[in-house]
Amino acid sequence: MSNTPSSGHAPMRTPLGRVRGLGSARSGTDHFFQQRVTGLANLILMIAFIGIVICLAGSSYAATRATLGNPFVAVVILLTLLSVTTHMRIGMQVVIEDYIHTEALKVLLIVANTFFSIAIALAGAFAVLKISLGG
Amino acid sequence: MVELTLPKNSQITPGKVWPKPQGAKTLTEFRIYRWNPDDGRNPRIDTYYVDREDCGPMVLDGLIWIKNTVDPTLTFRRSCREGVCGSCAMNIGGTNTLACTKGMDEVLVKGVVNVYPLPHMPVVKDLVPDLTHFYAQHASIEPWLQTDSPPPEKEWRQAKDDREKLDGLYECILCACCSTSCPSYWWNGDRYLGPAALLQATRWLKDSRDERTGSRLDYLEDPFRLYRCHTIMNCAQACPKSLNPAKAIAEIKKMMVERQI
Repeated sequence: MSNTPSSGHAPMRTPLGRVRGLGSARSGTDHFFQQRVTGLANLILMIAFIGIVICLAGSSYAATRATLGNPFVAVVILLTLLSVTTHMRIGMQVVIEDYIHTEALKVLLIVANTFFSIAIALAGAFAVLKISLGG
Repeated sequence: MVELTLPKNSQITPGKVWPKPQGAKTLTEFRIYRWNPDDGRNPRIDTYYVDREDCGPMVLDGLIWIKNTVDPTLTFRRSCREGVCGSCAMNIGGTNTLACTKGMDEVLVKGVVNVYPLPHMPVVKDLVPDLTHFYAQHASIEPWLQTDSPPPEKEWRQAKDDREKLDGLYECILCACCSTSCPSYWWNGDRYLGPAALLQATRWLKDSRDERTGSRLDYLEDPFRLYRCHTIMNCAQACPKSLNPAKAIAEIKKMMVERQI
């Protein structure tokens, strides 16, 4: 409840003009679908990933390197990274869009979120590949 | 950022306690939000006592009784008094609902009927919210049958099972209880169309006679117009007609995915 007229910033604009605004972005479904697909993938991959971590708990350095050298193990970890960071990026973007209403700050945070997610994904992937390929 | 506190000029102050009616045996206390755009004061909560033996059982009966016998300046919308017109939508006992179909005894909080305007909308006066934007959002989804084929000699025909697909959608009375109960609509109501307009959009998307399903979906395919719905479900809980706008919105999202894969 705020006691101000609904006309807001553009009092001369018609209500319908304000609602139509800049028109439809013709997107959003890709994020919606990806969020659900990665959500499902996360469920499966995280079980496998946690299984790997439990198996490796207390192992020696050499044994851990050998396990990560197994392509199936490495690929599961890489897929987990890809799925989790994709899910994380979309989820955080939704939160930013929901709550940040300063346009410049919103754009800045969305870009920062994308950079951060890609950096996390690549750093993780680099680490896994380095160990796995024995670099 | 999201406003979590009310602006200074909207903060609620204590109001007037109106005298109890003389000789009344059964009283129900009403605490009602009052705001007058002309007196320059902040909103306040006035307290009234309704004589239950001189008044019908519904919250709207109580409001009309107060207006007729205690305080003629109390301002609210009402018309049909039977849950058909949607005019008397307000926040009663913490829930958005219709004053005409809600019994006073159903909404008592510590023996008091609390009445506020629909949340997060500009207030015109007392319990009257400004619904201009809400109605424009409804208009924007073009709520009428759209066809390109030449009109048939008689009516546009529809199979019985296709007609049944509109059940749970066509009954909406546009009271705005759902949209104004939705946190996503509170934060982004300027761009998010809200549950009411989207339920109405579904009503036309599901209509087998309509030929513009694609362009209707084009209009809605937007991160804000449609995808601000996070399935919070306040809409379904608030709806005084027991409809489920959240489900209707999920149907739109399904159609969006369906046409892509």
